[in-house]
Amino acid sequence: MTKVNVHVTLRESVVDPQGIATKEALQTMGYNEVENVRIGKLIELELTGSASEIDARVKEMCDKLLVNKVIEDYRYEIGEVAGK
Amino acid sequence: MKFAILVFPGAGCDVDLFHAVKNVLGYEAEYVWHTESGLERFDAVLIPTGATYGDYLRPGALAKSSQIIDSLKAFANSGKPVLGVGNGFQILAEIGLLPGAFLRNKGLKFRSGNTKIVVDNTNTQFTADYQKGQELTIPFAHEFGNYYVDEDTVAELKQTDRIVFTYADGNSDGSTASIAGVVNEQGNVLGMMPLPERAVEEIIGGTDGLPLFNSILKNWSENNVCHA
Repeated sequence: MTKVNVHVTLRESVVDPQGIATKEALQTMGYNEVENVRIGKLIELELTGSASEIDARVKEMCDKLLVNKVIEDYRYEIGEVAGK
Repeated sequence: MKFAILVFPGAGCDVDLFHAVKNVLGYEAEYVWHTESGLERFDAVLIPTGATYGDYLRPGALAKSSQIIDSLKAFANSGKPVLGVGNGFQILAEIGLLPGAFLRNKGLKFRSGNTKIVVDNTNTQFTADYQKGQELTIPFAHEFGNYYVDEDTVAELKQTDRIVFTYADGNSDGSTASIAGVVNEQGNVLGMMPLPERAVEEIIGGTDGLPLFNSILKNWSENNVCHA
């Protein structure tokens, strides 16, 4: 079993109102060193299949469904799941 | 003229469209469940609002996996009219029939009520019955109504006159260029966040949505007379 973590982030050109609100909250709490907050999401996939296939298949899944490239960017890490 | 109303799990507002077409306008309407295929027997397809698939992942995204989508694309490519309202617009953008994507409202809250929109283009089969520049009052209800297109796409939409409606009351949810509705390149697919089917009777607050449906009907009748 292979585990893939897909990190989805908003493209730089896209305004992130959640990130702005969170930044302001952190600053209100005294964390004035915070200059920017961007909120994305983490998608955890557990997959079967050979390591050589996984990369291409995950990229396809991201492009076809998991990520909307009009507003989002992504990167992913491939790792083994221990004990499975 | 026969309308198909696509029904995805969680759609919810399919009944509003059905009521507008069948009871108010008096035309044939039929629900089409998302697991069906083949839309050839219809003259127009309507995609309702709601929260299909719970709005999981992104609004409209999971509808991509539905069986009916291939038929919907074929129907749109055949040049017949397709109208997606609210979540229906989000689905049309997700499957690539319309440009752009949707972000959470600028104010981070679900909002609903009446909004004022301007008709920017009357040269479409959805808006021929309006006057250019006419201001309409149309209900809306969305949390992801913040329509986003990049700069190049906005320029292209403007140049090709594909922006059909824009918000006239402050664009509170943050849509790019105040866009409330756009058509595809061929002009036969319209997506809009305001909900014209909720403005078809005085008793429910107004009839500014009626000319949109009448435009579709008129366009269809004209074409059918030509073919006869």
